[in-house]
Parts: sequence; C-alpha cells; structure tokens
Amino acid sequence: MVPYLTGGLGDDWVETARAAAAAGADAIEVGIPFSDPVMDGPTIQAANDLALAGGATPVSILDALRGADVGVPLAVMTYYNIAHRMGLERFADSLLEAGVSGCILPDLPLEEAEPWLEVAADVGVESILLAAPTAPDDRLPRICGRSRGFVYGVGLLGVTGVRAELAASAVEIATRLKAVTDVPVLVGVGVGTPAQAVEASRHGDGVVVGSAVVQRMVDGAGPEGVGELVAGFRAALDTS
Amino acid sequence: MSLTDPTPDGRFGDFGGRFVPETLIPAVLELEEAFLEAWADPSYRADLDGLLADYAGRPSPMTECHNLSEQLGCRLLLKREDLNHTGSHKINNVLGQALLARRMGKTRLLAETGAGQHGVAAATAAALLGMECCVYMGEVDVQRQELNVFRMRLLGAEVRTAMSGSRTLKDAVNEAMRDWVATVEESHYCLGSVMGPHPYPWMVRTFQEVLGREAREQSEALLGGPPDVVVACVGGGSNAIGIFSGFADAPTELVGVEPAGGAAIGRGVPGVVHGMESYLMQDEFGQVLEAESISAGLDYPGVGPEHSHLAAVGRARYESVTDAEVVEAFQLLSRAEGIIPALEPAHALAWVSRERASLAGRSVVLNLSGRGDKDVAQMMEILA
Repeated sequence: MVPYLTGGLGDDWVETARAAAAAGADAIEVGIPFSDPVMDGPTIQAANDLALAGGATPVSILDALRGADVGVPLAVMTYYNIAHRMGLERFADSLLEAGVSGCILPDLPLEEAEPWLEVAADVGVESILLAAPTAPDDRLPRICGRSRGFVYGVGLLGVTGVRAELAASAVEIATRLKAVTDVPVLVGVGVGTPAQAVEASRHGDGVVVGSAVVQRMVDGAGPEGVGELVAGFRAALDTS
Repeated sequence: MSLTDPTPDGRFGDFGGRFVPETLIPAVLELEEAFLEAWADPSYRADLDGLLADYAGRPSPMTECHNLSEQLGCRLLLKREDLNHTGSHKINNVLGQALLARRMGKTRLLAETGAGQHGVAAATAAALLGMECCVYMGEVDVQRQELNVFRMRLLGAEVRTAMSGSRTLKDAVNEAMRDWVATVEESHYCLGSVMGPHPYPWMVRTFQEVLGREAREQSEALLGGPPDVVVACVGGGSNAIGIFSGFADAPTELVGVEPAGGAAIGRGVPGVVHGMESYLMQDEFGQVLEAESISAGLDYPGVGPEHSHLAAVGRARYESVTDAEVVEAFQLLSRAEGIIPALEPAHALAWVSRERASLAGRSVVLNLSGRGDKDVAQMMEILA
C-alpha cells in the first residue's frame, strides 16, 4: 500500500509521511508540485497550488526529505519539466541524495522516456512507468520491460481523484499487466477507499492512494489523521 | 516552397515530441496515421477544399494598404484572413480536423480557446458536421470575450470555464487535455494551434499552409515576386506558420511578433509542457509562468515547437511589442484603411509601425489573422 502525499503542503508534511509509514505504508510517493499537472484532478491540483503558494520548490522538498528517515522507501512523482529544468543528471543525483529511490513522471511516455531512463539507471534511481487502459496488448510488455521497482497501472480513463466505485478498467489493467510481467503491479488513479484497494489488490500487487490522502491533508487532519486513514487501508488489505 | 517535415518521432530540430500521459499515446499515434491516410485520399481533400471554398470563403484576398503604406513609408499588404467565415484563420484548421475526426468515428470535438476565435471555429465545424462540441476557456477570457462565449453557445457548443492556474489559455489547454484523458474513446481533441504533441504541430501547419500558398501567389501577382518581409503575430503560432510556409524557400525575411508579456521565444528557455518541448516562460524550478497580454489569443507562455526551431536555426526572427503599441496599431489600421483588426494581428502591425524606419521602401506582407469585432467591447473600455 503506497500513499501519495503532496510535498511542501503545510509545515508538517514530512511528519505526515512518517506517520503514514508508521501506520503501515509499504512505501511513500511524494508529489513535487508542478504548475500544470495534466494528469491530476481537482484535489491534487488544489494541493499543488497551495504548496506552490507556500513557497515549495523541488529543491526545498528534496532538502526536507534528506535525512528525514521516514522508514520506508520513497518515490517522487512529478512532471517532466521539473526534471528537464534541473537537468536530468542533477535531478537524478538530487533524488538519490535525498534518499529517494524511485521516480514517476506521468507525462513521460515510453516514446520520450529513453534519455531519462538511461540517466536514472546510471545514477541508480528506479523509473516507475505507467501503463494505461488504452494501451494495446503489445505495448504492455514493452512498458513493463523498462519499468523498475514496480509498474503503475492506471486504473481508469481519466485524471486522479476519488470515485464512488472502482472502475472495471482497474481490475482489467491489473490482470493484463500481471499476465505479462513479474514486476510488481500497483494500481492507482481512482482508488480511494479501503474496499476499492482490497478489490484492486486482488488482481494486482498493491495500490497507490493519492487524492484520498491529499484531501485529508488539505482538510487539516495532520499526521495523525493521515496515519489513521492509512491504517484503515492497511487493516482492510491485511484482513482480505 | 514548404517548410521541412518533422522527424518520425515528431521533432523539428531539438523541439517537439509527444510528452503526453500514456493514456493518450494510442490516440496520438492513431491520429497521425489517420491524418496521413486522409491527406493522401483525394476524396478527403476534395471535401476539405470544397468546404474551404464554399463554406469558409477561400481564397481570402490580399489587400494593398495604400494609405498606410504612404504613412509608414513601406509597401504594406494584408493577407485578409479576417474575411474568412467565423472571422479568422482558425477555420482552415478546424474544418480539416473536424472532417478527420468524423472519418475516425469520433462524435465529440474538444477544444481550448483563448480569444474565442478557435472555439467559435470549432463550434461552427461541429454544428456543420453534426458533432458534439465542448470548448474550454479560462475564466479571465470568458469575461473579456463575452461575445464569443455567447456565439459558441449559439452554435450549440458547451463552454466550460477553466478555473485553475492563471485562468487563461494555458489552463484551458490543461482542462481540455484532462477531458481528453477521460473521454479519448469518443472525443477528438481539436487543438487550435501548431502546438501540443506530435502530430498536432505538423498537422495544424499542414491545414494552415493553404493561406501561405495563396499569399505566395498573390504576392507574385501584386509585387511580381515574394515580399521583402512577411510578418505575423505569434501565440502558439498557427497563423504565422501558415504564412511562413508560403515563403520558406524565398529570400523573404520572416518575422514573428510576440506580446511582451507572453514572449516564449523572447524571454523563455526550452521546457516541456502541453505535450511538446519548446521555448517556454518558466521560473528557475520549471514552474510555468503566467503570460500577461491584452490579447487573449496570445496570452500563452509557450509557443509551437517549429517556431522554436525556426528561431534556433535563424530562419525566422521573433520580436515583441507592448500592449500600448498594440492599442495604437489597432486604431491606426481602423482609421487609415477602414479595417478593424483583431488584437492579435494588431501586434504584427505594431511591429511594422515601430520599425518603419528600417522597413522604409521595402515590401511587407502582414497576415491579418482575424477581425476585431470580438475586441470592440474591450477596446471601448480601454479607450474610454
């Protein structure tokens, strides 16, 4: 179970990451806010804007993670321009220095990923690629072949956000990915409740939960509230 | 006499590409294939040429500005895209894409719009071809281009207000892309400029080349050859690339004019947003800056990748003008020639007016990309 939280959102976001880890997260995905997040729905967009307005930058977020000792592996999720602007090598180096082992860039499809994949591999950062429901069958093994750490199955046609029900496409993409790869398959986008997480995990190896966590942060629940949310997911997944 | 085609992976030199979420990759690959196949099909081309002639009113004339030429000291000619149906060059692209979308079995057109010209054109094509149409427009633009919002609704389109970020064209593109990610099976994203992921910059250019071809022929007839200078305004850059395409092989100087508050080439550095690598106004961390221009149609921090390439190799140069210079030019053309320009091409005229000393005695073709009706209310307030 991998919760996503927006880096730089409030003063206690690092503490929130620690609380999520303590509550049973297997890894934590930290979003580095970008001005134009086209894969994100209203919740994460608003969190992005709040963090940016509060002065968050890629440098300040990675600085805060350095030595934070969260206790579980960390991955960042951001958009390609953030890495491009910093320079791919410097970006990869700074992830490593901050103790971040993985990186997800949702606007970097396989066709454009090569320069980044090479740099990341050289530096030793795992590049997690996304696989979408629209991908034809022959594309999935190509994505899985280049993805490191895990492969991120996009649960539905659409942007991040909590939905009333788990989309049929979430089960479908998990099943299709499991059939072609030994790389762990995590399903994200549209996984917002423990019940949805349980259902998606039955077909894959786990879930990424973003908007539900970020909404809790935006609501001011603090580390404790986010910890409780994560513990709820953990308990549901462990007893399923 | 054309510009060069992009590489198979959609690059113009160092610029372009397909930086979109995985979800959209099959759609952009399918679009490229469908476009190539349609473009090679005489029946598609006949349909498009028929609509351009009998519906949009092509060819558009070229008008020599006798009064203004005398005033400025150069020989100024206007390519009259303002006289097209819907009032701008945007119809050229939209008819091509709408026919293509229908051929691909899509039932819904998605569009972004700044000034509303592309949105109106998209709504028009959707009405004509019996398609659903949804146009995203930033909240700021909805307010300053009220007339075009009404026009789109009158044409049967749904106009959705983009409330995120700077609430202008950049954010309308974000919202349109988010919609596309969710509805890619039934929707075609009818992008309005030579920007976005491959094949858009190339496909939209191809649809706009018609105005460049006409302008070249008209220049031969009126001037006996290509002009010394071709000038056009640049936001994303579709009207500019259209007219540049007609003179790429000529010894003509190509000048793109950006708004000072949205000068991607003038003030930007290479970056990646909206599916493309191109010059981009951004901060030191890669956050995209908000453009600020009097013209909603040019209020964009990026620029089409082929313009970045033309700038990098020196085939075209890019200048910028201020809002105050644009307001002057808007009035200048109205009074001198009886032609009220849109605020966008008024940028090109503002540059000509400012550079009159260096342009003295030379021939200049200016792409008058749209008419000013939509801007009259805004100008009334500014000039009050």
